[in-house]
Amino acid sequence: MVVYSLYILNKAAGLIYQRDFNEGLKRLSSNDYLVLSGTFHAVYAIASQISPVPSSSGIEVLETETFRLQCFQTLTGTKFLLISEPRQQNTDAVLRRIYELYADYVIKNPFYQIEMPVRCELFDRHLATYIRGIP
Amino acid sequence: MARTPRQVGEEVWKTRVEKVNAELVTLTYGSVVAQLCKDFGNDYIQVNEQLDKMGYNIGIRLIEDFLARTNTSRCRTFKDTAEIISKVGFKIFLNITPTVGNWSQDNKQFSLIFDENPLADFVELPDDGKAVNELWYSNILCGVLRGALEMVQTQVEAQFINDVLRGHETTEMRVTLIRILEDEMPVGDD
Repeated sequence: MVVYSLYILNKAAGLIYQRDFNEGLKRLSSNDYLVLSGTFHAVYAIASQISPVPSSSGIEVLETETFRLQCFQTLTGTKFLLISEPRQQNTDAVLRRIYELYADYVIKNPFYQIEMPVRCELFDRHLATYIRGIP
Repeated sequence: MARTPRQVGEEVWKTRVEKVNAELVTLTYGSVVAQLCKDFGNDYIQVNEQLDKMGYNIGIRLIEDFLARTNTSRCRTFKDTAEIISKVGFKIFLNITPTVGNWSQDNKQFSLIFDENPLADFVELPDDGKAVNELWYSNILCGVLRGALEMVQTQVEAQFINDVLRGHETTEMRVTLIRILEDEMPVGDD
């Protein structure tokens, strides 16, 4: 499986984590990453509001010819975005597992401040190991 | 068929939770409370407050662990919330399921009645004539609930109103719904 990239957005749409795992995506400037996540956050909200189905969720999957973007929003309002190869299966399960790693190595780190950018080496390491191991 | 909170709690407890020695928890918590009593010169009102604050800081973190492990969806009513707290929350973190009861008429207030309380297993309150009237020994739990629920946009007040350590017949925590924080509800929540 090729996972290109992971984004984590806090509930205020701030990008608190961004990491590439494989070649394939062009690097953006750090400002552009912020714009990208802010835009996605807004479009996600709009999508849920214009949906004809009441109390619909926002964008969960975005499929293109070149990549697939899966979004998972937790009940606390954090969003996890995973960009992978287009035909990748089970990306929702991958995000759930990443949420567990985040709960363990980010949130349970007593020196991590909630809602702030994530700089936790243990998280980086466990995440990398997990992503590498995905079949 | 959807599983009941009790089944979810049992399953997560059995398969997805790492266990630690109960004495370690009990003794750690005991030494924290004892140290606070010392630091605040046995001003138990202050100690209660500190425990509640510490609990709050635990709660706002613990909720993510809870959600990640249990895959719980949003509760529709405060009654559901109470059930999940007891049968899933307390079950997976402390292996107890306090009884939910004493609902107020408007369904905004309930009690958690603790038949057992691992935090207080070996505890006798100091006999300075004050502690039994002022100290809520397990007050950290109130903060934990308050913090955890706030992160899922549910503002509550939680306090103990009875404690066997004080000579009451039961240990009882009262939880009151203040309001659902609609403004903070994530948009596009399922």
